[in-house]
Amino acid sequence: MKYLTEFRDGELARKLVAEIRSAVTRSWAIMEVCGGQTHSIIRNGIDQLLPPEVELVHGPGCPVCVTPVELIDKAHAIAAAPGVIFCSFGDMLRVPGTAGDLFQVKGRGGDVRVVYSPLDAVKLARENPTREVVFFGIGFETTAPANAMAVVQAQRLGLSNFSVLVSHVLVPPAIEAILGSPANRVQAFLAAGHVCCVMGYHQYPALAERFRVPIVVTGFEPLDLLDGIRRAVLQLEAGTATVENAYPRVVTFEGNRPAQAVLADVFEETDRAWRGIGVIPRSGWRLRAAYRAFDAEARFDVSGIRSVEPAACRSGEVLRGTLKPHQCAAFGKECTPRAPLGATMVSSEGACAAYYNYGRLVDLGTGRIGSAGAVACPA
Amino acid sequence: MCLAVPGQVLSVFEADGARMGKVSFGGVVKDVCLAYLPDISVGDYTIVHVGFALSKIDEATALETLRTFADLGLLDEEFGPPPAPAGAAP
Repeated sequence: MKYLTEFRDGELARKLVAEIRSAVTRSWAIMEVCGGQTHSIIRNGIDQLLPPEVELVHGPGCPVCVTPVELIDKAHAIAAAPGVIFCSFGDMLRVPGTAGDLFQVKGRGGDVRVVYSPLDAVKLARENPTREVVFFGIGFETTAPANAMAVVQAQRLGLSNFSVLVSHVLVPPAIEAILGSPANRVQAFLAAGHVCCVMGYHQYPALAERFRVPIVVTGFEPLDLLDGIRRAVLQLEAGTATVENAYPRVVTFEGNRPAQAVLADVFEETDRAWRGIGVIPRSGWRLRAAYRAFDAEARFDVSGIRSVEPAACRSGEVLRGTLKPHQCAAFGKECTPRAPLGATMVSSEGACAAYYNYGRLVDLGTGRIGSAGAVACPA
Repeated sequence: MCLAVPGQVLSVFEADGARMGKVSFGGVVKDVCLAYLPDISVGDYTIVHVGFALSKIDEATALETLRTFADLGLLDEEFGPPPAPAGAAP
């Protein structure tokens, strides 16, 4: 791919870091909302390159992580039903519900399949007319256009054996909930580049103005992230709070209009529960009445499910940015990617998994975070 | 889940009434839905997420961004040597 190497250029990264260091005069907390960005930050050691005054707080932008346990339990009940082919993205298979995960449902004879795209699930429904094919439609605004198109295509093909368990969540209401919380300490946001690629960023100026926070639309490569941080720091130091686009090669102000049109046709806003956070008003999408025939919750009776969160899991605090993964007592002990207690350790984009996989363990001698090989951060 | 992968459009075709394309991700070729990018054509680069092309990548803007990053080096000398790389010993 063109420019991939250039956007990982170490020399240019040092120049961006020098600019950040020269600008900083006091401590700032900046939240990256997107789990993909959290992953890139930890994998590339970007947080360790920053001056100590600049703290990156990891936000709730991993749809696997924020899917409430009740919906996971509904997914498990549907997947275990006779005649069902249950399709999902790979990450969802290992998310623990109240009693086990989708792998265990599969082990007990459930037909659980990992698909690359929601259109693969539509194809399965067409090829298996005697089976019920259910797709677990989770995701933020980036994934929603694909799920919406799957529903449109199923309707066009006249499929009566396809349905979607919808759990879409939206970024702007989550930012609003974080900023409106009394415990909030986030002073600027890196807005998720690929969410904005679909939705544009016309929703953000009102938020930036109302809460006096800079919001910078940011990409995923190391230089993209450093530039997003640099712009946020420059605004914080200058006392301004505007919306900037640091990912213009992919994101426009308007976003992808054809995708927005299909989304508006298929979905309507609804209140959604976020795992560890609770219900955020108008923070999700559900199918409109015209597409209710494709709603798995309406097709399968899953209303009587009683769900329980593991008491030792503090995913909710990690998702709200009030706790760093390594500060949890269970981190790396009873909770690891092989035996996760909660979603932030299960998902490859979860903050806990990123900390674990890239060796951000606590140095017991100093209490500071360090890499597996060398414990100290560059000061 | 929010990650999307850049790829190059090799061909465009119709399937089940939807605009589709063969897209190469560094040599790995997959079928991708192009319905949300009606103007994209063979040879263009795009960001793809769960089988859907979401945005055409703007080459001119990519070059301009890289140029801006390069220009930021003016402050280097004033602030001493570059910081130690991540994970380095103290």
